This record gives sequence, structure tokens and C-alpha cells, in this order.
Amino acid sequence: MSTASAKERLLDVSRCTIRFGGLTAVSELDFAVKEGELVGLIGPNGAGKTTVFNLITGVYQPTEGAIQFNSRSLGNLKPHQITARGVARTFQNIRLFPSLSVFDNVRAAIQLHRRHGIVHALWRGGSFKQEEREVEAEALDLLKIFGLDRFRDEASKSLPYGDQRRLEIVRALATKPRLLLLDEPAAGMNPTEKAELTSLIKFVQERFRIAVLLVEHDMQVVMGICQRIAVLDYGVKIAEGTPDEIRRNPKVIEAYLGEPD
Amino acid sequence: MFYIQQLINGLALGSIYALIALGYTMVYGVLRFINFAHSDILMVGAFAAFFLAPGIQGVFGPESIPGALLVFLFSALICALLGVLIEMLAYRPLRNRPKLTVLITAIGVSLFLEFTCQHKGVFGSNTRPFPTLIPAQELHFGELVVSSNDLVVLVVTLLLLAALRFIVQRTKIGTAMRAVSFNPQAAALMGININHVISFTFALGSALAAIAGIFYAMRSPGIEPLMGIQPGLRAFIAAVVGGIGNLPGAALGGIVLGVIEAIAGGLPGVSNYRDGIAFAILILILLFRPAGLLGKFQAEKV
Amino acid sequence: MDRGAKRWLLAAALAVAVVSLFAGQFNRYYLGVTIDIGINIIMAVSLNLINGHTGQFSLGHAGFMAVGGYTAAKLSLLFGAQIPPGAAPIFFAVILLAGGLVAALSGLAVGVPSLRLKGDYLAIVTLGFGEIIRVIFQTTESLGGATGLTGLERYTNLAWAFVLAALTVYVVSCLVNSTYGRGFIAVHDDEVAASAMGINPTKYKVVAFVIGAFFAGIAGGLYAHHKLVLKPDGFDFMRSIEFVVMVILGGMGKTAGVILAAVILTVLPEFLRGFADYRMIIYSLLIIILMMARPQGLFAGWKTGRKQAAPTS
Repeated sequence: MSTASAKERLLDVSRCTIRFGGLTAVSELDFAVKEGELVGLIGPNGAGKTTVFNLITGVYQPTEGAIQFNSRSLGNLKPHQITARGVARTFQNIRLFPSLSVFDNVRAAIQLHRRHGIVHALWRGGSFKQEEREVEAEALDLLKIFGLDRFRDEASKSLPYGDQRRLEIVRALATKPRLLLLDEPAAGMNPTEKAELTSLIKFVQERFRIAVLLVEHDMQVVMGICQRIAVLDYGVKIAEGTPDEIRRNPKVIEAYLGEPD
Repeated sequence: MFYIQQLINGLALGSIYALIALGYTMVYGVLRFINFAHSDILMVGAFAAFFLAPGIQGVFGPESIPGALLVFLFSALICALLGVLIEMLAYRPLRNRPKLTVLITAIGVSLFLEFTCQHKGVFGSNTRPFPTLIPAQELHFGELVVSSNDLVVLVVTLLLLAALRFIVQRTKIGTAMRAVSFNPQAAALMGININHVISFTFALGSALAAIAGIFYAMRSPGIEPLMGIQPGLRAFIAAVVGGIGNLPGAALGGIVLGVIEAIAGGLPGVSNYRDGIAFAILILILLFRPAGLLGKFQAEKV
Repeated sequence: MDRGAKRWLLAAALAVAVVSLFAGQFNRYYLGVTIDIGINIIMAVSLNLINGHTGQFSLGHAGFMAVGGYTAAKLSLLFGAQIPPGAAPIFFAVILLAGGLVAALSGLAVGVPSLRLKGDYLAIVTLGFGEIIRVIFQTTESLGGATGLTGLERYTNLAWAFVLAALTVYVVSCLVNSTYGRGFIAVHDDEVAASAMGINPTKYKVVAFVIGAFFAGIAGGLYAHHKLVLKPDGFDFMRSIEFVVMVILGGMGKTAGVILAAVILTVLPEFLRGFADYRMIIYSLLIIILMMARPQGLFAGWKTGRKQAAPTS
């Protein structure tokens, strides 16, 4: 990544540190994602992976350092503003909108790029109807791509677990991101589901031509698809490289398996 | 001089608020909801004293100290019982329901107590003069005039605060209360009987409310079934101002509120707005310290 | 509430207008209660936008009602005498609107700073706001002080109350049942997830507060010109609680349920009038029993879940 020029970097995290009271959760993290790249961020439990997500998406502000997206600083932006800039995410513990249907979960996300507001919703004129039709078509297209359209009017919380995970990805894609952050999408999945998920992520990256940053501690998933992997341990980046390089890196082995005898 | 005089008045009033606020905050600590009926418990406490006083004073003589102590004790017992009963009948069946459901039920219980007590077969809605329990004297310190009752209120409050602190920090049941407040599930797994702890909390809070209710009645022109609403609301604000769930916070909030109210009440032009001042303070404090003075703000985990 | 929404609104307004032609035959007592129902529907449905759909917890709705009521009442006392009888409806519409707008402004003033707070804390701040409003009215001599404003003209009738109730229902339903409006429910369900989807929770909450307050203000104006007296203690915190109970019994966020609950809770105390002394005791017991037996609202289970509005097709 040191070879990537500033221009190629879609996301650029530079020397980011965040402390909670006395605890330094992430320390001087340097990290970048290029346009259209599929990058993995791995590390043992408690290494600070989700905290990195929360920094990028504006849930937390870094104590030190800066984060740039598309060459513009994300400093002091609220989460919804960052989403509007083109960063979407999923959550480790699925956070769908439980009282909305599958369709409406997607619809709620689509409204980000729609002009119509209160007045149109009240007047219900021709252009409002036109736009609602477009929104419906767009949401249904997305649901179809992921085979979720048959659940269209189901309550989102009644979906099987794997489908809820997929719906969360669909919902994130509905905000038209250029960078998709996936927070442990394989958590709680069996090997078959994991294999499906792996191909799904690859598919998303290629079909929507977006960059994907994947937080995982399941090595199999990450090694299988990521072009580049960064390893976090105790909030510090201890390694970065291709899957092969990471697999052979003694520091990584140590972090995962403990001290070699 | 004016300010010192009002400060003393405010301390006494604030002590009463503090005693009531402790009940709100303790219940919030273990059950995470605002017990709206708490303000009516203090009214029941005052009425209990009203009905007990003649009999007890008949035995111990009017305005005697042992008599007054017994009145306080029995009223506190009656209210403790009432508090436990309310929890068992109205709140326990809703233990695992959404907080909002319990909150509305609490409002229902509060209304039920108020309307029942207003019924002519119960207390009726007329204001009745409250009997003198303790001989009151005016003490003069230079230009300052201090009612001996105010001093009694202050001293009793301090004693009760110390006792409460001892119970919560040093006794087994107090430790259990703190455990339940921290994490009810984990506490239950450690073999703590949650129902006992909650009942005890209600008993304790209601007993304090009874005592506060009697003190409040002693300062008021008389007692009536809706007398609990205003001090209840103030105390509830005090609990929030101090950081709800936090015992020292509730005491501090009560005192702060009482003092500010007394001072504002003495200023011409401001005194008309007395009832609004408590809320204005509340809103200001919450805007700058969303978790109250001594509360810790907990960010949601993402 | 999809394709025919506007048509339904027109139909409802027409029906009300026809019924109100015969209002003269109504017993005055029943007429009064019916108008109360209309006003309470406006209050409950507008509060439902805040507490039900958007998931906030306002305990100060009576405060907004008071702001609107006092604004409209003061205007009608000041200018009502100069208005020729023919122009009275227009004048009434104008002062109702003024009341609604002032209430909306106060909704903005309360909403913006206090929306940093959540749950119980927000409830307490809104409760405090309602009380402060009441105290201000109580101490302002030009607004009648504790005795309030009297001698108001009887402008409110069945048609006004129900046409405006229909309008409130229309506005709230249309707003929520649109792509834009899914944002309210998203904020209700999960603020963190909503903001990660590009939804600005603060904006939605403020919009809910402002629109909710606007209609509460209009209801206040109707109320003032229905009761003809406006007293500050008519808007205490108990009043706010009444509306909250309507929303909860109706089943938070379910418009039809909330309307029914508003009707029932307005009529119920009237039915209990026969029991005079026991009336309010029974009322409070009913609240407790209903919360135990039907916490999801009186009508939970009649229809499954929240209405999954299909978009226009």
C-alpha cells in the first residue's frame, strides 16, 4: 500500500489513535483502501477491529490522526453524513429495523439519495408517485439480486439468520456506497453458509464495483477472498500484506496462537 | 443576610426533597423505571401520621418526643408495607415487559391512590390541619430566625442518609441491591433472590417517603390527598438532576433544588415563577450534563 | 393509506360536513362530547407521530396544546369583535393556524436542544417544558393569570373538529407511509443503524416534534373555542398523561388503534358519570388492568403488526 499514491486511495486512515479514558483501543493506525479493492482487517478478539469501523463511520472521533475518504477529511462528520459520502456498513450483531418489512428496510436506506421530502409525501402528486415507483423498482431489483424478493413483505426479524445478514448487506448497498464495511459477516455461520458468504462478498465487490473492507476473525473467509490483509493486535497494526505473506508472518502466528515455545 | 436565611430554609426543604428523591432513585436503580406512585406514598405517610397521632399522643402526652418517634415509626412501617404491596401487585407481574408499560402502570397506580384517597369514604378531598407532633420553637441567631423543626428535619435527614449509606455499602442486603442494580441476571445467577431485594428496596424507599411526607405536612398549612404531587415532582427532578440511580446524587439534587427554590421564592418578581424554576434547572443541567450531576453517561455500544 | 389517500380525506371531510348539518338536532351534551372526541383524536394522533412512530417519549403534549390554545384565544379576544360574522370562519381558520404555528415554533425550541436526551430523560424534560409553559401562563396577567381567558366566541363546531381531525390523520399517515417517512420508523427501531443508513436521526426527531406540536396547537385553538374558557391548570401534566395513555392503549404507532383509543378514553369517563364518586377510581384501575392484560394496546392482534404500506403502484 505504500506504493499507492494518494490519488488511488479511496479511504486513507493516517496515524489514528483513540483512547477511552486510560485505554488505548487503537494506536497510530495507518491504513488505506484503494478504489474497488477487497481488503481484510483481522485480529484476535478485542484487537480493536470494530473500533476501527466505528472511527471510519463517525460513531467515534479519533483522539489523534485523520481519516480521509475520497481525498476529503471525515473529521467531525456525523455517521449519516459519512454514509452520504459513500461509506456504508453492516453490524457485528445484526441491526435491521425490526418493525419494518424486508422491503421497507431497503426503502428506508434508499431515501438517502432521493429528493422528495415532507411536502411531496403530503401532496402525493404525480412526481411523488413517479419517484415512489422508482424507489420500489430499485429496492426490488436489489432484493432480487440477493434472492430476497420472495420475503418482500415479511417482517425482517422473522427471516432466517443467514438471510438477515444478507438483508443487512442489501440495505447497506441501497445507500449506493463506494466503500462497504462488513463487520464479522461470518459470525455464527456454519461452514456451508461461510462458503456461500465468501462468494457473495466477492460477487458484491465485482457486481457493484465497490471497495470492501472486511472485519473478520474467521481466517478462512478472509484468506479466500481478500487481496490484501491488515492484522490488528491490541490496537496496533502488526502486519499487512497478501494472504500468503500474512499466513507466513511469525508475528501474526504469535498473535493468534500465543508465544511459540 | 437574606441569602443565609433562605439558605437555611432551603436546606430544610431540600432535605425533604432528598429523602423522597432517594426512593425514586433506589427503585430506578433496581428496576429501571420511574415509580410515579412514590409521590402518593408520601401523602399516605402524612395521613397515617394524622390518624395515628391522636391515639399515640393520648398515651405519651401531646408533643412528646417518644410519641413523635412512634408516629414516625408506625407511619414508615405502614408505607413500607404499602410500597411492597404495590410492587407485588402492580409491578411484579410486569417485570419483563417494556419499561413504558410499567411506567404507565405506575401512573395508573398513582392516579388510583389519589382518587381513592379523595373519595369521601376514605380521606375526602378537603384540606385538614396537621397535628403538632414536635413542639416547635423559633430560634434567633442575631437577625436569623430558624425554626427548631427545620433543624430536626436537617438532623434526621443526615442520620437517615448515614444509615442508608451503611445499609447499602456494608450490609448483605445492600450489597445484593447494588448487585441487582448493576446486573439483575448476573445477580440472580449468583443466588440472589431478586424479588426479596426489590421488595426491600420498595420498603426502604417508601419508609423514607413516609418520613419526608410527615416533615412536609408539618411545614404545610394542612394535608390533602393531592399533597404529594408537588414535592414528589420536585424530588423526582432532584433524582434526575443528581443522576438517577445514584444515591448521593439524589441527596445532592434534593438539597440543590430546595436551596435554589427557597432563594428564588424570596426574590420579588421571580417568586411567581417558583413552580417553573425547578424544571428550568432540570432542563439546564440535563442539557449540559445529560446524565445528571453525579451520573455517568453511558454511550451505547455499537 | 396509498392511492386513494386524498380521496379518503375528501370523503371524510364531506361526511363530517353532512353530519354537522344535523348537529342542531343533537343533544348539546352529546354534541360537546363528540367535539371533545375530535379534539382528542388530533392530540392523540399527533402525539403518536412523536411517541409511536418516531419512538421518542414526550410527556409535554398538553404544553403544546396550551401554547396553541392561548395564542388562538388571545387573538380572538383581541380582534374577534371587529370581524364581521360572515368572515368568522376565515378568521377562525387564521387564528387556529397561528396557534398551530406558534406551537410548532415552541416544538422546535424544545426539540432541538432536548433531543440529545433519550428515553426517560427526554420524557422528564418534555414534562418540565409543559410545566414551565403552564407556570408562565399562570403568572402572565395579560393572559388572565390563574383565572385564565374567558368570554371566548363559540367558533368550534363538529365540522371544524372532525375536518381537522381527518386532516391530522391524513398528514401523519401520509408522512409515515412514504419512502421519506420510513425514516421515522427506522429512527424508532434503531438510531445507530438508521444513521449508518444515511438517515439523520436528529432531523427526523425535530420534524416529528414540530409537526406533532403544530397539530397539538391547532387542537388547543379548537379546545379554547369549544370550552370558551382557557385555564392554565387545564394543561397540567395529568393532561399530557391522558394523551400518552391514548397512544399506548391504541398501540404505539398504529393510527387506527390510537384513534379508537382516543374515542374510548373520551367517552369512558362520561359513561362512568353515573358512578360519580367512583368514576376516576375506576378509570385509574382500568389503566392498570389494561396495561397488564393488553400492553401492546387494546387492539393488538386484531391485525398483525404494523401496517406494511405498499407504495403507490
